[in-house]
Amino acid sequence: MVKGIEATGLPVVHLCTVTPISMTVGANRIVPTIAIPHPLGNPALDKDEEYALRYKLVEKGLQALATPVDGQTIFE
Amino acid sequence: MSKIKVVHYINQFFANIGGEEMAHVPAEIRVGEKIGPGLALAQAFGEEAEIVATVICGDSYFNENLDKAKAEILEMIKSQNPDIVVAGPAFNAGRYGVACGTVCEMVQEELGIPTVTGMYAENPGADMFKNKVYTCPTKNSAAGMRDAVKKMAPLALKLAKGEPIGASCEDGYMPNGTRVNLFEKERGSKRAVKMLLKKLAGKPFETEFPMPTFDRVEPAAAVKDLSKATIALCTSGGIVPKGNPDHIESSNATRYGEYDITGVMDLTEDTYETAHGGYDPVYANEDADRVLPVDVLREMESKGIIGKLHNKFYTTVGNGTAVKSARAFADEYAQKLLADGVDAVIMTST
Repeated sequence: MVKGIEATGLPVVHLCTVTPISMTVGANRIVPTIAIPHPLGNPALDKDEEYALRYKLVEKGLQALATPVDGQTIFE
Repeated sequence: MSKIKVVHYINQFFANIGGEEMAHVPAEIRVGEKIGPGLALAQAFGEEAEIVATVICGDSYFNENLDKAKAEILEMIKSQNPDIVVAGPAFNAGRYGVACGTVCEMVQEELGIPTVTGMYAENPGADMFKNKVYTCPTKNSAAGMRDAVKKMAPLALKLAKGEPIGASCEDGYMPNGTRVNLFEKERGSKRAVKMLLKKLAGKPFETEFPMPTFDRVEPAAAVKDLSKATIALCTSGGIVPKGNPDHIESSNATRYGEYDITGVMDLTEDTYETAHGGYDPVYANEDADRVLPVDVLREMESKGIIGKLHNKFYTTVGNGTAVKSARAFADEYAQKLLADGVDAVIMTST
């Protein structure tokens, strides 16, 4: 789906945990996340901490969208 | 034993009638003649089989008058009562490849006669027909004729004689999705270790589970000013309004959902859930923001970090879902995103 969207010229960032799959499939901007069942959260943390964690990850995703790339890039 | 009777199908070019300017010529049959690639095939058949007739049709005629051409060609082939029909090889000629596949499929279905064709892997006819018709992979130009005939002729003989056909790698055809159970001499762990040792030693090895090949898309230009950008959220993690109103399947999804989040500040346990059947849903059901981060994007919107969060999100279940389906979903909703003036997309996956 990432490629289907990007083919129209819209930049996409893929937030996902299993980055090798994302690389294989062909996403160009990739941000690694926490875990498969909760990529943007961590139930072991307090609500506030979890929210802060999610905020940081989404922020990283937005930065990736604002960063020009030549090819597949993982934003650690 | 009498010789196996072969009818060979070729296009106007390989029949020496002409190139593109002659592609309009209608179907004809030349009984008792072997032409062009038929000569090489006949040589490979040796004494076992004989080309009893060659059917020729212009590629444009075939594709522009499909029903008529098919009916004419079917009658011509039927009149010869062959044991096998060989079409092509078509190499990378698109219309020719499609014609070869179409003729073969029709002959198999209508006449119950086995068929073989050959073409280049990227010929559109290959994707269309390789699962229905034995299709030998060839080079992309007629320079690969000898190699193509070497694969097609033995396979044609085997099929005509009704002999069992081996795996695609043994009998030289494109994998057609058929799986056969068999006992290997060595158990899996031993084969895997052998493969690993070869890999570590930098020696060639052959995987038993080839990964699908994926095409690539050029990266799109970066967003210039996030504070003016409309950002849309999409996910393969199956987040849906509580109750899954569109019944998106928990695996092998055949549809995607489009949901309005105007005024939604936070996804809660009472309002959203996941339809995904491929991961433990407890955490996403408790708080779907863990998969689709609406809450933080709302805060960023109010702070002016992003222009705005698009008022619709797109979602499906990426669990054994066919690549083709996923691609079709995205092709469709990407057009909606464009039409709605979205500047960039965050896609989340579980």
